[in-house]
Amino acid sequence: MKISYLRCTGAVEVFKRELISFFTQITAYALIVVFLLLSLGFCFSFGHFMEIGDASLEFSFFRWLPWFFMFLVPAVGMRLWSDEYRNGTIELIGTMPIPTHSIIIGKYCAALAVWGVALALTFPIWIVVNYLGEPDNSLILASYLTSFLVCACFLAVTSLVSAFTRDQVVSLVVAVFLCACMTLAGYEPILRSFRTVFPDWLTEVIASATVDEHFRSGIRGHLRIHDLVWFVSIIVSCLIGTSAVLKAKRT
Amino acid sequence: MIEVTDLTKKFGSKHAVDSLSFTVEKGEVLGFLGPNGAGKSTTMRMITGFVSPSAGTIRVCGYDVSKDPEAVKTKIGYLPESAPLYPDMTVLSFLKFCASIRGIKGQPQKDAVEKVIETCFLHKVTHQSIDTLSKGYQHRTCLAQALLHDPEVLILDEPTDGLDPNQKHEVRKLIRELGKTKSVLFSTHILEEVDAACSRVVIVDQGKMIKEGTPEKLLAESGCSDLHTLFREITTTETY
Repeated sequence: MKISYLRCTGAVEVFKRELISFFTQITAYALIVVFLLLSLGFCFSFGHFMEIGDASLEFSFFRWLPWFFMFLVPAVGMRLWSDEYRNGTIELIGTMPIPTHSIIIGKYCAALAVWGVALALTFPIWIVVNYLGEPDNSLILASYLTSFLVCACFLAVTSLVSAFTRDQVVSLVVAVFLCACMTLAGYEPILRSFRTVFPDWLTEVIASATVDEHFRSGIRGHLRIHDLVWFVSIIVSCLIGTSAVLKAKRT
Repeated sequence: MIEVTDLTKKFGSKHAVDSLSFTVEKGEVLGFLGPNGAGKSTTMRMITGFVSPSAGTIRVCGYDVSKDPEAVKTKIGYLPESAPLYPDMTVLSFLKFCASIRGIKGQPQKDAVEKVIETCFLHKVTHQSIDTLSKGYQHRTCLAQALLHDPEVLILDEPTDGLDPNQKHEVRKLIRELGKTKSVLFSTHILEEVDAACSRVVIVDQGKMIKEGTPEKLLAESGCSDLHTLFREITTTETY
Protein backbone atom coordinates (compact mmCIF):
# COMPACT_ATOMS: atom_id res chain seq x y z
CA MET A 1 0.00 0.00 0.00
CA LYS A 2 2.67 2.45 1.10
CA ILE A 3 4.96 1.37 -1.67
CA SER A 4 2.40 1.62 -4.46
CA TYR A 5 1.71 5.14 -3.21
CA LEU A 6 5.40 5.96 -3.47
CA ARG A 7 5.41 4.69 -7.02
CA CYS A 8 3.00 7.39 -8.21
CA THR A 9 4.34 10.26 -6.14
CA GLY A 10 7.88 9.24 -7.09
CA ALA A 11 7.23 9.89 -10.78
CA VAL A 12 5.43 13.16 -9.97
CA GLU A 13 8.26 14.40 -7.74
CA VAL A 14 10.89 13.52 -10.33
CA PHE A 15 8.79 15.31 -12.96
CA LYS A 16 8.52 18.46 -10.84
CA ARG A 17 12.23 18.49 -10.04
CA GLU A 18 13.25 18.03 -13.67
CA LEU A 19 10.84 20.65 -14.93
CA ILE A 20 12.06 23.22 -12.40
CA SER A 21 15.63 22.30 -13.34
CA PHE A 22 14.89 22.97 -17.04
CA PHE A 23 13.52 26.40 -16.20
CA THR A 24 16.07 27.44 -13.55
CA GLN A 25 18.84 26.71 -16.00
CA ILE A 26 18.97 28.51 -19.31
CA THR A 27 18.34 25.34 -21.38
CA ALA A 28 14.59 25.60 -21.75
CA TYR A 29 14.56 29.33 -22.54
CA ALA A 30 17.33 29.05 -25.13
CA LEU A 31 15.57 26.19 -26.88
CA ILE A 32 12.16 27.78 -26.84
CA VAL A 33 13.50 31.05 -28.25
CA VAL A 34 15.50 29.31 -30.99
CA PHE A 35 12.55 27.11 -31.86
CA LEU A 36 10.15 30.05 -32.11
CA LEU A 37 12.58 32.06 -34.24
CA LEU A 38 13.14 29.13 -36.60
CA SER A 39 9.56 27.94 -36.89
CA LEU A 40 7.96 31.36 -37.30
CA GLY A 41 10.88 32.61 -39.39
CA PHE A 42 10.55 29.72 -41.83
CA CYS A 43 6.82 30.16 -41.94
CA PHE A 44 7.11 33.72 -43.23
CA SER A 45 10.14 33.19 -45.48
CA PHE A 46 10.41 29.73 -47.05
CA GLY A 47 6.86 28.87 -46.07
CA HIS A 48 5.55 31.87 -48.07
CA PHE A 49 2.83 32.31 -45.48
CA MET A 50 1.72 35.70 -46.82
CA GLU A 51 1.89 34.81 -50.54
CA ILE A 52 0.12 31.44 -50.42
CA GLY A 53 -2.96 32.91 -48.87
CA ASP A 54 -3.81 29.51 -47.43
CA ALA A 55 -5.38 29.57 -44.00
CA SER A 56 -4.52 25.97 -43.15
CA LEU A 57 -1.02 26.08 -41.76
CA GLU A 58 -0.02 22.79 -43.35
CA PHE A 59 2.49 23.93 -45.97
CA SER A 60 3.59 27.21 -44.50
CA PHE A 61 4.15 26.21 -40.89
CA PHE A 62 3.72 22.58 -39.85
CA ARG A 63 5.62 20.82 -42.61
CA TRP A 64 8.91 22.40 -41.48
CA LEU A 65 8.61 21.38 -37.85
CA PRO A 66 10.21 17.88 -38.01
CA TRP A 67 13.29 19.54 -39.51
CA PHE A 68 13.74 21.63 -36.38
CA PHE A 69 12.73 18.86 -34.03
CA MET A 70 15.35 16.50 -35.38
CA PHE A 71 18.16 18.55 -33.87
CA LEU A 72 16.43 20.61 -31.17
CA VAL A 73 14.67 17.70 -29.43
CA PRO A 74 17.94 15.77 -28.88
CA ALA A 75 19.40 19.00 -27.46
CA VAL A 76 16.76 18.97 -24.73
CA GLY A 77 16.97 15.24 -24.19
CA MET A 78 20.72 14.66 -24.35
CA ARG A 79 21.21 15.37 -20.66
CA LEU A 80 18.36 13.15 -19.45
CA TRP A 81 20.62 10.30 -18.37
CA SER A 82 24.13 11.48 -19.31
CA ASP A 83 23.88 14.14 -16.61
CA GLU A 84 22.74 11.67 -13.97
CA TYR A 85 25.73 9.47 -14.71
CA ARG A 86 28.22 12.33 -14.78
CA ASN A 87 27.00 13.83 -11.49
CA GLY A 88 26.63 10.38 -9.95
CA THR A 89 23.07 11.30 -8.97
CA ILE A 90 21.87 8.10 -10.63
CA GLU A 91 23.22 6.37 -7.54
CA LEU A 92 21.27 8.72 -5.30
CA ILE A 93 17.98 8.40 -7.11
CA GLY A 94 18.59 4.70 -7.79
CA THR A 95 18.74 4.00 -4.05
CA MET A 96 15.53 5.89 -3.28
CA PRO A 97 12.48 3.70 -2.81
CA ILE A 98 11.02 4.29 -6.28
CA PRO A 99 11.23 1.94 -9.24
CA THR A 100 13.33 2.76 -12.30
CA HIS A 101 10.30 3.18 -14.54
CA SER A 102 8.84 6.02 -12.44
CA ILE A 103 12.16 7.83 -12.71
CA ILE A 104 12.09 7.34 -16.49
CA ILE A 105 8.48 8.48 -16.82
CA GLY A 106 9.07 11.50 -14.58
CA LYS A 107 12.13 12.68 -16.46
CA TYR A 108 10.69 11.95 -19.90
CA CYS A 109 7.45 13.80 -19.20
CA ALA A 110 9.35 16.82 -17.87
CA ALA A 111 11.36 17.13 -21.09
CA LEU A 112 8.17 16.60 -23.06
CA ALA A 113 6.47 19.37 -21.09
CA VAL A 114 9.20 21.78 -22.22
CA TRP A 115 8.24 20.92 -25.81
CA GLY A 116 4.57 21.32 -24.97
CA VAL A 117 5.36 24.86 -23.85
CA ALA A 118 7.47 25.55 -26.95
CA LEU A 119 4.70 24.39 -29.29
CA ALA A 120 2.04 26.25 -27.33
CA LEU A 121 4.05 29.46 -27.67
CA THR A 122 3.65 29.37 -31.46
CA PHE A 123 0.03 30.41 -30.83
CA PRO A 124 0.42 33.88 -32.49
CA ILE A 125 0.46 32.17 -35.88
CA TRP A 126 -2.84 30.53 -35.03
CA ILE A 127 -4.32 33.89 -34.03
CA VAL A 128 -3.03 35.44 -37.25
CA VAL A 129 -4.68 32.84 -39.53
CA ASN A 130 -7.92 33.17 -37.63
CA TYR A 131 -7.77 36.95 -38.07
CA LEU A 132 -6.90 36.79 -41.77
CA GLY A 133 -9.10 33.92 -42.86
CA GLU A 134 -11.31 31.10 -41.79
CA PRO A 135 -9.12 28.09 -41.14
CA ASP A 136 -10.29 24.66 -40.08
CA ASN A 137 -9.35 24.89 -36.41
CA SER A 138 -9.84 21.20 -35.76
CA LEU A 139 -7.30 20.49 -38.49
CA ILE A 140 -4.85 22.91 -36.87
CA LEU A 141 -5.41 21.19 -33.53
CA ALA A 142 -4.77 17.79 -35.12
CA SER A 143 -1.58 19.19 -36.66
CA TYR A 144 -0.38 20.44 -33.30
CA LEU A 145 -1.12 17.03 -31.81
CA THR A 146 0.84 15.30 -34.57
CA SER A 147 3.77 17.68 -34.10
CA PHE A 148 3.74 16.94 -30.39
CA LEU A 149 3.79 13.21 -31.16
CA VAL A 150 6.85 13.71 -33.38
CA CYS A 151 8.53 15.52 -30.46
CA ALA A 152 7.59 12.71 -28.11
CA CYS A 153 8.95 10.15 -30.54
CA PHE A 154 12.30 11.92 -31.03
CA LEU A 155 12.59 12.50 -27.30
CA ALA A 156 12.10 8.79 -26.59
CA VAL A 157 14.85 7.98 -29.11
CA THR A 158 17.11 10.56 -27.42
CA SER A 159 16.35 9.11 -23.99
CA LEU A 160 17.44 5.68 -25.17
CA VAL A 161 20.67 7.04 -26.70
CA SER A 162 21.39 9.13 -23.61
CA ALA A 163 21.09 6.08 -21.36
CA PHE A 164 24.07 4.51 -23.13
CA THR A 165 26.64 7.19 -22.46
CA ARG A 166 27.76 9.71 -19.88
CA ASP A 167 29.05 11.94 -22.65
CA GLN A 168 26.46 14.54 -23.64
CA VAL A 169 28.09 15.37 -26.97
CA VAL A 170 28.07 11.73 -28.05
CA SER A 171 24.44 11.36 -27.04
CA LEU A 172 23.53 14.56 -28.92
CA VAL A 173 25.33 13.58 -32.12
CA VAL A 174 23.99 10.02 -32.20
CA ALA A 175 20.45 11.10 -31.33
CA VAL A 176 20.46 13.83 -34.02
CA PHE A 177 21.71 11.28 -36.52
CA LEU A 178 18.90 8.83 -35.70
CA CYS A 179 16.22 11.50 -35.71
CA ALA A 180 17.58 12.87 -38.99
CA CYS A 181 17.40 9.39 -40.54
CA MET A 182 13.81 9.06 -39.39
CA THR A 183 12.95 12.41 -40.93
CA LEU A 184 15.02 12.51 -44.11
CA ALA A 185 14.47 8.95 -45.31
CA GLY A 186 10.87 9.88 -46.03
CA TYR A 187 11.82 12.89 -48.11
CA GLU A 188 10.90 12.44 -51.77
CA PRO A 189 14.29 13.08 -53.51
CA ILE A 190 15.97 10.72 -51.07
CA LEU A 191 13.30 8.09 -51.58
CA ARG A 192 13.83 8.42 -55.32
CA SER A 193 17.51 7.61 -54.96
CA PHE A 194 16.59 4.67 -52.69
CA ARG A 195 14.37 3.35 -55.49
CA THR A 196 17.29 3.21 -57.89
CA VAL A 197 19.24 1.02 -55.47
CA PHE A 198 16.66 -1.02 -53.56
CA PRO A 199 13.67 -2.96 -54.83
CA ASP A 200 10.34 -1.11 -54.64
CA TRP A 201 8.98 -3.06 -51.70
CA LEU A 202 12.03 -2.24 -49.58
CA THR A 203 11.73 1.44 -50.42
CA GLU A 204 8.10 1.28 -49.36
CA VAL A 205 9.08 -0.33 -46.08
CA ILE A 206 11.67 2.39 -45.45
CA ALA A 207 9.21 5.12 -46.37
CA SER A 208 6.51 3.80 -44.09
CA ALA A 209 8.97 3.51 -41.22
CA THR A 210 9.83 7.20 -41.29
CA VAL A 211 8.32 9.91 -39.17
CA ASP A 212 7.58 11.97 -42.23
CA GLU A 213 5.01 9.56 -43.63
CA HIS A 214 2.99 9.59 -40.40
CA PHE A 215 3.54 13.26 -39.80
CA ARG A 216 2.24 14.23 -43.23
CA SER A 217 -0.92 12.21 -42.89
CA GLY A 218 -1.39 13.80 -39.46
CA ILE A 219 -1.12 17.39 -40.62
CA ARG A 220 -3.50 16.72 -43.47
CA GLY A 221 -6.04 15.75 -40.86
CA HIS A 222 -5.81 12.05 -41.67
CA LEU A 223 -4.17 10.87 -38.49
CA ARG A 224 -5.06 7.20 -38.75
CA ILE A 225 -5.10 4.59 -36.04
CA HIS A 226 -1.99 2.98 -37.50
CA ASP A 227 -0.13 6.31 -37.35
CA LEU A 228 -1.00 6.58 -33.67
CA VAL A 229 0.03 2.99 -33.09
CA TRP A 230 3.31 3.71 -34.86
CA PHE A 231 4.11 6.72 -32.67
CA VAL A 232 3.06 5.04 -29.45
CA SER A 233 4.99 1.85 -30.19
CA ILE A 234 8.20 3.77 -30.98
CA ILE A 235 7.84 5.79 -27.76
CA VAL A 236 7.02 2.80 -25.56
CA SER A 237 9.74 0.58 -26.98
CA CYS A 238 12.39 3.31 -26.63
CA LEU A 239 11.39 3.91 -23.00
CA ILE A 240 11.43 0.19 -22.23
CA GLY A 241 14.83 0.09 -23.93
CA THR A 242 15.98 2.97 -21.71
CA SER A 243 14.91 1.03 -18.65
CA ALA A 244 16.73 -2.09 -19.86
CA VAL A 245 19.93 -0.14 -20.53
CA LEU A 246 19.81 1.58 -17.14
CA LYS A 247 19.30 -1.76 -15.40
CA ALA A 248 22.02 -3.48 -17.41
CA LYS A 249 24.46 -0.72 -16.47
CA ARG A 250 23.93 -1.48 -12.80
CA THR A 251 24.71 -5.19 -12.95
CA MET B 1 19.80 -5.56 10.84
CA ILE B 2 22.21 -6.09 7.96
CA GLU B 3 23.06 -9.70 7.21
CA VAL B 4 25.40 -10.37 4.32
CA THR B 5 25.99 -14.00 3.37
CA ASP B 6 28.52 -15.27 0.83
CA LEU B 7 28.22 -12.09 -1.19
CA THR B 8 30.06 -12.24 -4.50
CA LYS B 9 30.35 -9.75 -7.33
CA LYS B 10 32.19 -10.50 -10.52
CA PHE B 11 33.10 -7.92 -13.14
CA GLY B 12 34.08 -10.09 -16.07
CA SER B 13 36.45 -12.64 -14.64
CA LYS B 14 37.65 -10.40 -11.81
CA HIS B 15 36.11 -10.85 -8.38
CA ALA B 16 35.40 -7.40 -6.95
CA VAL B 17 33.78 -8.99 -3.92
CA ASP B 18 34.52 -12.61 -3.08
CA SER B 19 32.14 -14.56 -0.77
CA LEU B 20 31.97 -11.91 1.88
CA SER B 21 29.85 -12.55 5.00
CA PHE B 22 29.23 -10.23 7.93
CA THR B 23 26.43 -8.78 10.04
CA VAL B 24 25.73 -5.40 11.54
CA GLU B 25 23.47 -5.39 14.60
CA LYS B 26 21.29 -2.59 15.87
CA GLY B 27 23.26 -0.17 18.02
CA GLU B 28 26.51 -1.02 16.30
CA VAL B 29 28.92 0.97 14.14
CA LEU B 30 30.83 -1.30 11.80
CA GLY B 31 33.93 0.18 10.22
CA PHE B 32 34.58 -1.19 6.76
CA LEU B 33 38.29 -0.96 6.17
CA GLY B 34 40.47 -1.73 3.22
CA PRO B 35 42.80 -0.33 0.57
CA ASN B 36 41.40 1.37 -2.52
CA GLY B 37 39.76 -1.11 -4.87
CA ALA B 38 39.16 -3.68 -2.11
CA GLY B 39 35.45 -3.88 -2.96
CA LYS B 40 34.10 -1.64 -0.20
CA SER B 41 31.99 0.60 -2.41
CA THR B 42 30.76 -2.32 -4.50
CA THR B 43 29.60 -4.12 -1.36
CA MET B 44 27.77 -1.02 -0.17
CA ARG B 45 26.13 -0.53 -3.56
CA MET B 46 24.88 -4.10 -3.40
CA ILE B 47 23.44 -3.64 0.09
CA THR B 48 21.56 -0.53 -1.04
CA GLY B 49 20.16 -2.41 -4.02
CA PHE B 50 21.87 -0.19 -6.58
CA VAL B 51 24.01 -3.00 -8.00
CA SER B 52 22.84 -6.60 -8.06
CA PRO B 53 25.13 -9.28 -6.66
CA SER B 54 26.49 -12.18 -8.76
CA ALA B 55 25.85 -14.57 -5.87
CA GLY B 56 24.96 -14.56 -2.19
CA THR B 57 22.18 -12.95 -0.18
CA ILE B 58 21.73 -9.67 1.63
CA ARG B 59 19.01 -9.10 4.20
CA VAL B 60 18.26 -5.68 5.64
CA CYS B 61 15.76 -5.48 8.53
CA GLY B 62 14.52 -8.91 7.51
CA TYR B 63 13.89 -8.03 3.84
CA ASP B 64 15.83 -9.69 1.04
CA VAL B 65 17.42 -6.99 -1.15
CA SER B 66 17.02 -8.89 -4.41
CA LYS B 67 13.39 -9.87 -3.73
CA ASP B 68 12.06 -6.77 -2.06
CA PRO B 69 14.38 -3.90 -3.05
CA GLU B 70 11.87 -1.11 -2.44
CA ALA B 71 11.14 -2.21 1.13
CA VAL B 72 14.87 -2.30 1.79
CA LYS B 73 15.38 1.14 0.26
CA THR B 74 12.87 2.70 2.66
CA LYS B 75 14.92 1.38 5.60
CA ILE B 76 18.31 2.60 4.41
CA GLY B 77 19.96 6.00 4.44
CA TYR B 78 22.83 6.02 1.96
CA LEU B 79 25.69 8.42 1.39
CA PRO B 80 27.41 7.44 -1.89
CA GLU B 81 31.15 7.80 -2.23
CA SER B 82 31.34 11.02 -4.23
CA ALA B 83 28.36 12.61 -2.42
CA PRO B 84 26.41 13.25 -5.63
CA LEU B 85 23.92 16.13 -5.70
CA TYR B 86 21.82 18.02 -8.23
CA PRO B 87 23.96 21.14 -8.73
CA ASP B 88 21.12 23.34 -9.95
CA MET B 89 19.06 23.04 -6.75
CA THR B 90 19.34 24.88 -3.46
CA VAL B 91 20.11 22.91 -0.32
CA LEU B 92 16.56 23.37 0.93
CA SER B 93 14.83 22.39 -2.32
CA PHE B 94 17.11 19.36 -2.64
CA LEU B 95 16.26 18.13 0.86
CA LYS B 96 12.56 18.75 0.25
CA PHE B 97 12.76 16.78 -2.99
CA CYS B 98 14.44 13.83 -1.26
CA ALA B 99 11.84 13.92 1.50
CA SER B 100 8.90 14.01 -0.93
CA ILE B 101 10.29 11.15 -2.96
CA ARG B 102 10.38 9.11 0.24
CA GLY B 103 6.75 10.02 0.86
CA ILE B 104 7.39 12.53 3.66
CA LYS B 105 5.09 15.51 3.08
CA GLY B 106 3.58 18.53 4.83
CA GLN B 107 4.48 19.28 8.43
CA PRO B 108 6.51 16.07 8.98
CA GLN B 109 8.62 17.12 5.97
CA LYS B 110 9.25 20.57 7.44
CA ASP B 111 10.29 19.04 10.75
CA ALA B 112 12.51 16.40 9.15
CA VAL B 113 14.27 18.94 6.93
CA GLU B 114 14.78 21.34 9.82
CA LYS B 115 16.21 18.57 11.96
CA VAL B 116 18.80 17.41 9.41
CA ILE B 117 19.79 21.00 8.63
CA GLU B 118 20.57 21.35 12.31
CA THR B 119 22.37 18.00 12.64
CA CYS B 120 24.56 18.63 9.60
CA PHE B 121 25.19 22.35 10.31
CA LEU B 122 23.65 23.60 7.09
CA HIS B 123 21.65 26.63 8.30
CA LYS B 124 24.12 29.09 6.79
CA VAL B 125 23.68 27.70 3.28
CA THR B 126 20.02 26.62 3.29
CA HIS B 127 19.03 28.88 0.40
CA GLN B 128 22.29 28.66 -1.50
CA SER B 129 22.57 26.87 -4.82
CA ILE B 130 24.44 23.58 -4.43
CA ASP B 131 27.01 24.26 -7.19
CA THR B 132 28.27 27.31 -5.25
CA LEU B 133 28.92 25.31 -2.06
CA SER B 134 32.33 24.21 -0.81
CA LYS B 135 33.16 20.51 -0.86
CA GLY B 136 32.54 20.20 2.88
CA TYR B 137 29.07 21.68 2.65
CA GLN B 138 28.22 19.55 -0.36
CA HIS B 139 29.29 16.46 1.51
CA ARG B 140 27.18 17.37 4.50
CA THR B 141 24.17 18.13 2.29
CA CYS B 142 24.38 14.62 0.91
CA LEU B 143 24.77 13.25 4.43
CA ALA B 144 21.68 15.23 5.46
CA GLN B 145 19.74 13.53 2.66
CA ALA B 146 20.69 10.14 4.12
CA LEU B 147 19.34 11.06 7.56
CA LEU B 148 16.07 12.68 6.44
CA HIS B 149 13.75 9.72 6.93
CA ASP B 150 15.40 8.68 10.21
CA PRO B 151 16.44 5.32 8.72
CA GLU B 152 17.13 2.23 10.78
CA VAL B 153 20.20 1.43 8.72
CA LEU B 154 22.87 3.89 7.61
CA ILE B 155 25.36 3.12 4.90
CA LEU B 156 28.05 5.76 4.61
CA ASP B 157 30.73 5.47 1.95
CA GLU B 158 33.73 7.48 3.14
CA PRO B 159 31.65 9.99 5.07
CA THR B 160 34.61 12.15 6.10
CA ASP B 161 36.26 12.36 2.70
CA GLY B 162 37.07 15.95 1.76
CA LEU B 163 36.20 17.47 5.13
CA ASP B 164 38.52 19.63 7.24
CA PRO B 165 39.70 18.32 10.62
CA ASN B 166 36.94 20.11 12.54
CA GLN B 167 34.25 18.76 10.26
CA LYS B 168 35.78 15.29 10.41
CA HIS B 169 35.57 15.44 14.17
CA GLU B 170 31.91 16.50 14.04
CA VAL B 171 30.96 13.80 11.56
CA ARG B 172 32.67 11.08 13.63
CA LYS B 173 30.85 12.33 16.72
CA LEU B 174 27.61 12.23 14.75
CA ILE B 175 28.26 8.68 13.55
CA ARG B 176 28.95 7.54 17.11
CA GLU B 177 25.75 9.24 18.25
CA LEU B 178 23.67 7.68 15.46
CA GLY B 179 25.22 4.29 16.12
CA LYS B 180 23.53 4.10 19.50
CA THR B 181 20.09 3.61 17.98
CA LYS B 182 20.78 2.48 14.40
CA SER B 183 22.95 0.04 12.53
CA VAL B 184 25.73 1.94 10.83
CA LEU B 185 28.09 0.58 8.20
CA PHE B 186 30.74 3.03 7.11
CA SER B 187 33.80 2.64 4.96
CA THR B 188 37.04 4.49 5.31
CA HIS B 189 40.74 4.17 4.73
CA ILE B 190 41.54 6.64 7.48
CA LEU B 191 42.55 4.58 10.45
CA GLU B 192 42.06 7.14 13.23
CA GLU B 193 38.41 7.04 12.32
CA VAL B 194 38.16 3.44 13.38
CA ASP B 195 39.24 4.24 16.93
CA ALA B 196 37.12 7.36 16.98
CA ALA B 197 33.84 5.95 15.79
CA CYS B 198 33.61 2.18 15.35
CA SER B 199 32.51 -0.50 17.74
CA ARG B 200 33.71 -3.22 15.38
CA VAL B 201 35.91 -3.49 12.29
CA VAL B 202 35.94 -5.57 9.15
CA ILE B 203 39.08 -5.42 7.06
CA VAL B 204 38.72 -6.42 3.41
CA ASP B 205 41.32 -6.85 0.74
CA GLN B 206 40.77 -7.88 -2.88
CA GLY B 207 37.13 -8.59 -2.12
CA LYS B 208 37.82 -10.98 0.73
CA MET B 209 37.42 -10.46 4.45
CA ILE B 210 40.77 -10.85 6.16
CA LYS B 211 40.11 -9.65 9.72
CA GLU B 212 37.09 -9.01 11.85
CA GLY B 213 36.54 -7.90 15.45
CA THR B 214 36.81 -4.95 17.81
CA PRO B 215 39.84 -2.72 17.25
CA GLU B 216 41.28 -3.86 20.62
CA LYS B 217 40.86 -7.52 19.77
CA LEU B 218 42.54 -7.09 16.38
CA LEU B 219 45.52 -5.38 17.93
CA ALA B 220 45.85 -7.93 20.71
CA GLU B 221 45.70 -10.83 18.25
CA SER B 222 48.25 -9.47 15.84
CA GLY B 223 50.66 -8.09 18.41
CA CYS B 224 50.93 -4.83 16.45
CA SER B 225 51.23 -1.58 18.34
CA ASP B 226 48.66 0.31 16.28
CA LEU B 227 46.15 -0.13 13.48
CA HIS B 228 48.47 1.49 10.95
CA THR B 229 51.04 -1.25 11.32
CA LEU B 230 48.36 -3.91 11.27
CA PHE B 231 46.82 -2.49 8.12
CA ARG B 232 50.19 -2.28 6.38
CA GLU B 233 51.01 -5.84 7.33
CA ILE B 234 47.85 -7.60 6.29
CA THR B 235 46.70 -5.80 3.16
CA THR B 236 48.38 -5.99 -0.20
CA THR B 237 50.30 -2.97 -1.35
CA GLU B 238 49.97 -3.72 -5.00
CA THR B 239 47.29 -1.71 -6.73
CA TYR B 240 45.89 -2.54 -10.10
